[in-house]
Amino acid sequence: MVEIFGIPSGALFGQLLIGLINGSFYALLSLGLAVIFGMLNIINFAHGAQYMLGAVMAFLLLQWTGIGYWWALIVAPLIVGAIGIVIERAFLQWLYKLDHLYGLLLTFGLALIVEGISRNFLGSAGLPYALPDSLRGGQNLGFMFLPNYRAWVIVASLTVCFATWFVIERTRLGAYLRAATENPTLVRAFGINVPVMITLTYGFGVALAAFAGVMAAPIYNVSPQMGSELIIVVFAVVVIGGMGSILGAIITGFSLGVVEGLTKVFFPEASNTVIFVIMAIVLLVRPAGLFGRRT
Amino acid sequence: MENVQPAAVVASRSPSALRQNSELIAFALMAVGLAVAPFFTYPLFLMQAMCLALFACAFNLLIGYVGLLSFGHALYFGWASYVSAYAAKSWGLTPELAIIAGTLTAAVLGLVAGSLAIRRQGIYFAMITLALAQMMYFVALRAKFTGGEDGIQAVPRGFLFGLIDLRNEAAMYVVVLAIFLGGFFLIYRIIHSPFGEVLKAIRENEPRAISLGYKTDRYKLIAFVLSATLAGVAGSTKAIVLQIASLTDVNWPMSGEVVLMSLVGGLGTIFGPVVGSFVILVMQYKLAAVGEWVLVIQGIIFVSCVLLFRRGIVGEITAWISGRLKS
Repeated sequence: MVEIFGIPSGALFGQLLIGLINGSFYALLSLGLAVIFGMLNIINFAHGAQYMLGAVMAFLLLQWTGIGYWWALIVAPLIVGAIGIVIERAFLQWLYKLDHLYGLLLTFGLALIVEGISRNFLGSAGLPYALPDSLRGGQNLGFMFLPNYRAWVIVASLTVCFATWFVIERTRLGAYLRAATENPTLVRAFGINVPVMITLTYGFGVALAAFAGVMAAPIYNVSPQMGSELIIVVFAVVVIGGMGSILGAIITGFSLGVVEGLTKVFFPEASNTVIFVIMAIVLLVRPAGLFGRRT
Repeated sequence: MENVQPAAVVASRSPSALRQNSELIAFALMAVGLAVAPFFTYPLFLMQAMCLALFACAFNLLIGYVGLLSFGHALYFGWASYVSAYAAKSWGLTPELAIIAGTLTAAVLGLVAGSLAIRRQGIYFAMITLALAQMMYFVALRAKFTGGEDGIQAVPRGFLFGLIDLRNEAAMYVVVLAIFLGGFFLIYRIIHSPFGEVLKAIRENEPRAISLGYKTDRYKLIAFVLSATLAGVAGSTKAIVLQIASLTDVNWPMSGEVVLMSLVGGLGTIFGPVVGSFVILVMQYKLAAVGEWVLVIQGIIFVSCVLLFRRGIVGEITAWISGRLKS
């Protein structure tokens, strides 16, 4: 066995891989938070609950209708995204003129409702979700064993992240979005339906969270509290990266996942806290965040 | 605090004097009510409620009067509770010293977390306080002295000043009542002091307060430390009263609960958090049988408060009374 810094290379690369997986969830979720915050000026505390809902949907689709992983990957985000649109129309649209804090409080309430209902019906224990057959097994890369599913998660989330970046930064639709973020009144004066864009943006951000949830289902068990702890870490990721930049959110998400994975190898006691420590350091050195604009 | 006295704060006397009078009358009524309440209901419930009420008042000092939403106040409450419990049990300190030890811990934690969090505004402030609290939750989970999942149990109530046996429920009640009323009155004095006026100015318009020459960061930090310290008093006292310190007190749902209590009672009202914490605690006792649905009900209360009753119970009542007085 080859050793690096006294650590067997298999263990090192294994944790690095887990780090990349966690990082891809951080990236997907913080990306969604940033997109939603840009348009709605609301920090979506329910993001973790919606991620959990994605995983639960995948589980229920399989249980009730026999719809497998691949279709769930499309159907679950659509369902949860539709729920998001209903939430935006029913609740969030009344808050845009108020202090940002009310949006946080309301979505926190929504997160409690979703988590409470899921706990009632699913119990607190995790439910297993089987790997899709086509992604079983793995590759021996010589220096480590790479399970196919984990490779797929990393590739898929990278693809989705960069597709989102491309749409927002490089297409006409994205240009409208960015313009509406800067000055909604002016964009409306040009005849663009900004309220519909806001609704759809929220639906899209929520669908991203649900997509991450479906991908997470086979790795972690499907459990009602899987979202609430993750969302707090993602908040720290967002504070570190700043919400001004899409690319910044992606890079910050992946690299913090890797740092967390490495911490698990070298200093396991700190693996739960390392992201928060990094957040404290960033606040001291660069208060606006790594990719943030000074406000 | 001598260096933060503002040069000149002009307070209009007459309308606020009327308001302060009615607040003092309400305070006296509350004190009398709480003094006779144990003859009608369980003293232990009342003591727990007073600890939570002081906690909510401390939280409300930040959100209601400086406009800072701390989503991690369980950090100060929970850690103070741990230190106080540990001091009373393992070091054998008398209860008043244990409470002081817990309170000092909360003050130090508040100083550290506060100086980090005030570096960002608005929504980021809430996220930072939540993240720092979660970090210290993990520390509490791992640390030896907290007892991990078990917490610190069977904390002795001990003898106040080495003399008064607090196992006597009446003596304990008087102590908790004194701590609660003292803490509440301190917050009341802070809000109506020149320092408090500056805090409100920061809440209304921070750039303007800066342009008037106030070092707003320093004011915000002092307010944060005061709030954390008072949350610490509440947490330490709770550990002595209920004789337990556990992970529940330091985890994020506790931070959410204190927000809920203040929101239900009325953010930025002096008595709101007290009313809110009694309401929420009664609700939790009544609904203990329905299990996880409590979470759903709390969520529904959150949503309906934000959408329909942003002023909270006390805020709505005050608005109704002042509407009546005008007509």
